[in-house]
This record gives sequence, structure tokens and C-alpha cells, in this order.
Amino acid sequence: MKRQTILRVVSKLIIPLILLFALYVQFHGDYGPGGGFQAGVIFGAGFVLYGLVFGLEALRRVARPAFVESLIAFGLLLYAGVGVVSMLRGGNFLDYGVLAHDPVHGQHLGILLVELGVGITVAAVMITIFHSFAARGDAR
Amino acid sequence: MTLLVCTAVIVTRLRNLFATVMLTGIYSFLGAGWMLLLDAPDVAFTEASVGAGISTVLMLATLALTTHREKRSEKKQWLALLLVVLTGAALVYGTLDMPHYGDPNAPIHTHVAPRYIEESPEEVGVPNIVTAVLASYRGYDTLGETTVIFTAGIAVLLLLRRRRESRRRGAEDPR
Repeated sequence: MKRQTILRVVSKLIIPLILLFALYVQFHGDYGPGGGFQAGVIFGAGFVLYGLVFGLEALRRVARPAFVESLIAFGLLLYAGVGVVSMLRGGNFLDYGVLAHDPVHGQHLGILLVELGVGITVAAVMITIFHSFAARGDAR
Repeated sequence: MTLLVCTAVIVTRLRNLFATVMLTGIYSFLGAGWMLLLDAPDVAFTEASVGAGISTVLMLATLALTTHREKRSEKKQWLALLLVVLTGAALVYGTLDMPHYGDPNAPIHTHVAPRYIEESPEEVGVPNIVTAVLASYRGYDTLGETTVIFTAGIAVLLLLRRRRESRRRGAEDPR
């Protein structure tokens, strides 16, 4: 698909918007519909589109597989880490109220971090699955 | 709803797998629109991006690895049809006991939901109650879900990666 000029130009226009929209869904999840899962999938879809149009080699240069795979674990660790930190600060596991001086602020911070963890894991898993499927096709 | 049923029937009738994949994408979009009508934009979001976007791409990648045509099976699977009809009938029978859609006295609206709606603005301070429930009240569940996704990603990596490396080693291609 590398020679399709229209596809290349249009996806170059669209991909930044997709990524921006994903970030909006991620960090605006407190106020509107959306959250980590949806944002992660949209973010991953942006990368998948890039890989489809510009080829796997280009995708590998942008998102190195080893890095993306480590992000899978990092997202989950961030989630669980928030729980552990709230335990260290004297609350229950995943009790965000103790993360800041004001319980409501703590809840905000906790939800933000936790959703970020979910988003990172989901996006990384999506990119990794697409990559491993497509790489098998290349190996043929 | 009618469109959903139509698409499902066409999917089962078609033999061309490429068209089937495209139709499942359309099915997901219709499902997303339906969820939006039911005032569940979060679910619609997920359905549109996962069902229509990512899984269509993954199915296409799988098709590129395998074949475009479905093998025609000669035997009619009457036992399977009977089982499916029975299960469907049992499920429909089960829904007869469920409260009507939007019934304010339904158990789901009288258990913990009022507390979430009334107190989450003070306790959590997040305008989107769905997010508050998902990330704060049900934090354990969401942690579990994230772990499921993590495990799925690792499993796909293990299955596909090992196959590729053994093939590479077999071809004696050092890299």
C-alpha cells in the first residue's frame, strides 16, 4: 500500500487527529464519556493505521517493539503501584483518598493515574498484537 | 435492531470471508449506534473502536495469512442447530423474569446505584459517574480487567514470537 498517494496523504492528515482525540478521551474521561480503555484502543488504532499505510518497517521505527512490549507491563505496574502507594500512605489498597491532603484531590489524582495505566497497557497490547500478526505475514 | 439481525443472517450465509469480515465491522457499528440510542456512549465508544476498528484489521491480517474462501461443509449440522435454538429459547425465557427497561423499581436501581449517584460528587468529585464507579468504587475490577488484557497480550506474544524465532533459526538467518 506504499504507493497509494491519496491514502498516504489522508492518513498523514488523520493520524495526528486520531492521537489527539485519544489523548482527549484519556484525560477528559473524568468529565465526558471515555476513559483508559477507549483511549488506549483509539491510540493503538492510530499506530495500526500508520503501520497499514506506511508499512511495518516504518511502524517499527516509530514504536520499537521492545519498547512497546515493556509498556504493556508498565501500564499494569502503574495501576498496581497506585494501589501500593495508597497502602503505604495508610489507606486501603487502591484507596485514592490518601494520595493528597484533600480526599477529593486524591481521588482525582488516583483516577487519572489509574486510567493512564489502563490506557498505556491497552494501547501497547493493541500495537503488539497487530505487529506480531503482520510480522508473521512478512516472514512468509 | 432489524439491521442487526439482517447483517447477522447475511454473515452466516456468505462464503466469502473478506465480505464476512467487512460485514462484522458493519455489525459492530450498528451495535455502537444502538448503544448510543440507549444512552451508553462509553460502551458505544468501545464497540466502535474495538469491534469495528481493531478486530476488523486483525481479522484481515489473519485472512492474509490463511485463505479467502470458507470450506463448504456438506453435512447439515442438525444437532448443533437444535442446541442453538434450545439455548436461545432458554435465554429468552430467562428474560421474561427481568424487570422492564427503565423500571425505577428494578433491583439494579435500588441497590448501590442511588448511593453512587448521590454521593459520588462529594466523595470522588468527578462529574462522569461512570468513570467514578469504574476507577474508584470498582477499582479492583478494573485492575483485574487490565490484568486480563496484559495476559492476553503476553499470550499472543508468546505464541507468535516463538514460532517466528524457530523458523528464523531453521532458515539459519542470524540477526
